[in-house]
Amino acid sequence: MSDQKKGVSRRRVLKTGAAGLLATGAAPMIFTRGAWAQEFRNNPTGSEVVLGFNVPQTGAYADEGADELRAYMLAVKHLNGEGDGGMLSTMQPSSLGGNGILGKKVTFVTGDTQTKSDAARDSARRMIERDGALIITGGSSSGVAVAVQALCQEMGIIFMAGLTHSNDTTGKDKKRYGFRHFFNAYMSGAALAPVLEAEYGSDRQAYHLTADYNWGWTQEESLINSTEAIGWQTTKAVRTPLGAGDFSQYITPVLNSGADVLILNHYGKDMVNSLTQAIQFGLRDRQANGKNIEIVVPLFSRLMAQGAGENIKGILGSTNWNWSLQDEGSQNFVKSFGAEYGFPPSQAAHTCYVQTLLYADACERAGTFYPPEVIRALEGHIFDGMGNGPTEYRAEDHQCFKDVLVVRGNQNPSSQFDLLEVVQEVPRAQVEYDASIFGGELGPYEVS
Amino acid sequence: MLALPKKELITFLIFAVVVLTMPIWLTPFGASYPGLLQKFAIYGLLAVGFNILFGLTGYLSFGHAAFLGVGSYAAVWSFKLLSMNAIPAIVFAVILSGLFALVIGYLSLKRSGIYFSILTLAFAQMSYNLAYSVLTPITNGETGLQLTLQDPRVLDLAFSERGAGLPLVELFGVDMAGYGGFYLSAILLIIGFFVAQKITLSPFGLMLKGIKSNQNRMKYTGFNIRPYTLAAFVISGMYAGLAGGLLAVTDPLAGAERMQWTASGELVLMTILGGVGTMFGPVLGAWIMKYLENIFSAFNENVLHNLFSFLPEGVQEVAVRFVALFVGEGWHLTLGLMFVLVVVFLPGGLMEGYRRFVNRFFNGKKPKPRVPDKQTQPAE
Amino acid sequence: MDAILVQFLNGLDKGGAYALIALGLTLVFGTLGVVNFAHGAIFMIGSFVAVAFRQILTWESVVLSETELSPWGTALEIRTPYALEWFGDFGNILIDFSVPIAVLLAIPVMYLVGISMERGLIKHFYKRPHAEQILVTFGLAIVLGEVARTFFGANPIPQPMPEAVRGAADIGVLFGMAENAITYPWWRLIYFIFSLVVIGAVFAFLRFTTFGLVVRAGMSDRETVELLGINIDRRFTIMFGLAAVVAGVAGVMYTPLLPPTYSLGMDFLVLSFVVVVVGGMGSLPGAVAAGFLLGILQSFAAMTEVKEIFPGIDQVIIYLVAVVILLVRPRGLFGRKGVMET
Repeated sequence: MSDQKKGVSRRRVLKTGAAGLLATGAAPMIFTRGAWAQEFRNNPTGSEVVLGFNVPQTGAYADEGADELRAYMLAVKHLNGEGDGGMLSTMQPSSLGGNGILGKKVTFVTGDTQTKSDAARDSARRMIERDGALIITGGSSSGVAVAVQALCQEMGIIFMAGLTHSNDTTGKDKKRYGFRHFFNAYMSGAALAPVLEAEYGSDRQAYHLTADYNWGWTQEESLINSTEAIGWQTTKAVRTPLGAGDFSQYITPVLNSGADVLILNHYGKDMVNSLTQAIQFGLRDRQANGKNIEIVVPLFSRLMAQGAGENIKGILGSTNWNWSLQDEGSQNFVKSFGAEYGFPPSQAAHTCYVQTLLYADACERAGTFYPPEVIRALEGHIFDGMGNGPTEYRAEDHQCFKDVLVVRGNQNPSSQFDLLEVVQEVPRAQVEYDASIFGGELGPYEVS
Repeated sequence: MLALPKKELITFLIFAVVVLTMPIWLTPFGASYPGLLQKFAIYGLLAVGFNILFGLTGYLSFGHAAFLGVGSYAAVWSFKLLSMNAIPAIVFAVILSGLFALVIGYLSLKRSGIYFSILTLAFAQMSYNLAYSVLTPITNGETGLQLTLQDPRVLDLAFSERGAGLPLVELFGVDMAGYGGFYLSAILLIIGFFVAQKITLSPFGLMLKGIKSNQNRMKYTGFNIRPYTLAAFVISGMYAGLAGGLLAVTDPLAGAERMQWTASGELVLMTILGGVGTMFGPVLGAWIMKYLENIFSAFNENVLHNLFSFLPEGVQEVAVRFVALFVGEGWHLTLGLMFVLVVVFLPGGLMEGYRRFVNRFFNGKKPKPRVPDKQTQPAE
Repeated sequence: MDAILVQFLNGLDKGGAYALIALGLTLVFGTLGVVNFAHGAIFMIGSFVAVAFRQILTWESVVLSETELSPWGTALEIRTPYALEWFGDFGNILIDFSVPIAVLLAIPVMYLVGISMERGLIKHFYKRPHAEQILVTFGLAIVLGEVARTFFGANPIPQPMPEAVRGAADIGVLFGMAENAITYPWWRLIYFIFSLVVIGAVFAFLRFTTFGLVVRAGMSDRETVELLGINIDRRFTIMFGLAAVVAGVAGVMYTPLLPPTYSLGMDFLVLSFVVVVVGGMGSLPGAVAAGFLLGILQSFAAMTEVKEIFPGIDQVIIYLVAVVILLVRPRGLFGRKGVMET
């Protein structure tokens, strides 16, 4: 793999004209790997360390990807000791000193996942094979996260997942080299259930509309389990094609089904459309079984809430993090993000920022970039001050365990970003589960 | 059997050299790394195959990506069930996609023109939608079919113990993820190119061209054209299956998006971009598309700032802002503009541009104006 | 029974949207012989006319507070929409009715968009092979989508409908059923009626005006019409503008149902082609009939009773119908022989 074919000097690259000129941005990096014997892939031997940010830049999640990228660039600044340092000062314990990672300056390369497994793996391979990226991080969908995570395992590159909510990422498809800070569908269900019981009672009939692919199914399963545990009954669970656009044909049967809660297991554009249309069908003005019909959106995101506009008001859901949190870590992060870009960060930005810092900190604690050692440093690591309270990277499945936020669409937003209000911070103990319930195997520390 | 006329032989030899030396001449373009080199070879093969159908018969299939997907799934299943060796995977990929193409081709070729295009599109979209959702047990849906530690792999495990990690795809001990995979794909691309040349020159190829230029005349001479078009369809489907199999060999994951209409559309566009009906045009189109997708999308503002660092501060900012519209997240815009410009100024694709260039500067002749000839139009 | 009736209603309003998009596409194909892959993009532009109009109406004066800070550390912005500052309550009404007003606005805007597209690019492609038409219009569609993204971002942008027509109408009562047996959103009923009006207007225009007569003649035999000394080119330009208007207003009216994004054009592209081909290339009644047929079948395919018998049928119904119809009827429902077959 590391047999770089031809060495080309920077000067010669420049001489090859316009096309070569375009390549100069990447060409110097070709050198940092290769020639020297190395005990692991992309061992940074120079004075710089390259991180690979793989985010959706085109397609439906492009705005989310752009926000992730902003957070990454902020994290790089903070790691290199520029800016106000953000969460560096609140992170506990912390071995980060604002002088890069292990004394090497942090640089980065970017790629476009297009929210497609194939394209995401292509761009990850480019960053690993050509640009010498030491880790890959980012993404805004579970399919992509699982696909890229599997690639990273094969290549011996650590993958710090971005926004991915499926149980599979750290369940059935978990990998030794993959780490997820974001919460998952099981946790959403477990966190929502007690709040749903308190708000809507324990005698409810739930109707599920579910996006017909892996993530949708795991969320539907988790939600059915947790709501049936509080005494709710499931009237029906209907699968909808991804990107259906118009959901009227799925919403009308809800009206006369006898169900009094509609649970939308949709994300992104599907969520925006199905929620908007469900409200137009007058669902929330109607009653069934003598109760007001309610709508629940288990996975909320502020960016998507913007797309649904007014319709989000009063709807319950869960989220990994929200910028209105008052702890010191969150406040610091929101301040430095706001000062840099003029608006508050999304939960996708938060998880990506935290992941970058956690990786850097693990390298410092391990004293090396050697992946197996860094992995051991992350496994079972307990930290605080990153916006979610005390958090643990569980060793068995590389899933972060922390408090989960149950939120509601804000009735009286004070700004265009103030869309979600926190109803409850459900403590970690309530959302924890046994690592073995989803199966899967992490695989080896050492890869060939 | 293996002989080619002199002119074709030269084309073939040049092509073979160009392909095999890609790791060298692509270096200054920042594209010489195994991941992209493999894609160049594989999508080149796909385009060569597509051109056998579209370029020769004029039948525009809008669902060819389905065969790519079937090939990939077949290959990954071969890894999972039988062996990590590349050969059975490729063989299964070609056979299965050939059968799939036979069924779809048999039905779709009952119609011609745009009705044929929509039929192939419909079949491919059905395959994609089902693969993404209800067929998940076979395709693993959104995530894509991938290897697991528990796969049976009966042939491999009969001879050796299960290792700790996931096994790698190999061919006679050569790892297929890196340059090994590229050279395998490159050799198959060269063979595929040769076969396509032979087909074009053969009586069968002439028949196909006849179908393209005037179907009715062929029919009036009492000719049943369907066996010929069907054969071309199946051959081209097998090329796509081979490409799909190679995608899985070099990177053992088969995603459903490979079958989506956008993937088929991309294939049509790369063929037209390079030049329909020419031997080298479709391959060139494929390379340019993949280059844009993988390299242009990687330029972020940091890279641009480095690139324009020789400019004074203010000008640099303007230059970066402007160029950033076309690279990074804006690479789609470049793609769209390129289509428009190429079609407006170079009808017939980039190969036509090349021909004009050669004519003007080397032969001293004025380029022949392109006569829009209804008779030889591709039949979409 | 109610369930079937409601699904039928769903199909009608979906079908209205499909028919409108297909109608414009067929007009362009039938008159100009151009396979326009940018037609979905025109629909998308239409919907962004509504977005832009609303954004202009809700343009806010921003005053930075000197004392207060926003939670993310920058100076607090105090925002007041200009419309309210200048027009008071009337401004509120304007904002509330932004979508219907945008329909009126979209007519001249889309007409201009249409004719500039035709004059600037499409007209050079009348005699080019269809493959090249596809490539150039597809490129154009990508460019238009990306331009929209540069201005409006990738996230959906909500477009509320006027306050007065929010919520659902109780249709069941009209048929003597119990209260709330069948309710249907007002806006969807309006959309259905709107689509019928537009379709009717297009047909009447072609049927009863001299202009329409010439265009119809041109559609069936262009050369003869030109031999008669009629400048068919100018009329075809106008037809392209009209097709853009039809798609554009369809896009505007659709925004409350589907918050627009830049990818809307691509989302509707394949669907609109399937509708047109199922109807038969170049046939206006075919496009309308196929639009409603596919809309209604799509709605029925979503019923759980149907899905239990054919799992995943709602994923493929559009394509399945296309395959069946094309195999049974070689040129779609109303297609003419020889159109786009070679």
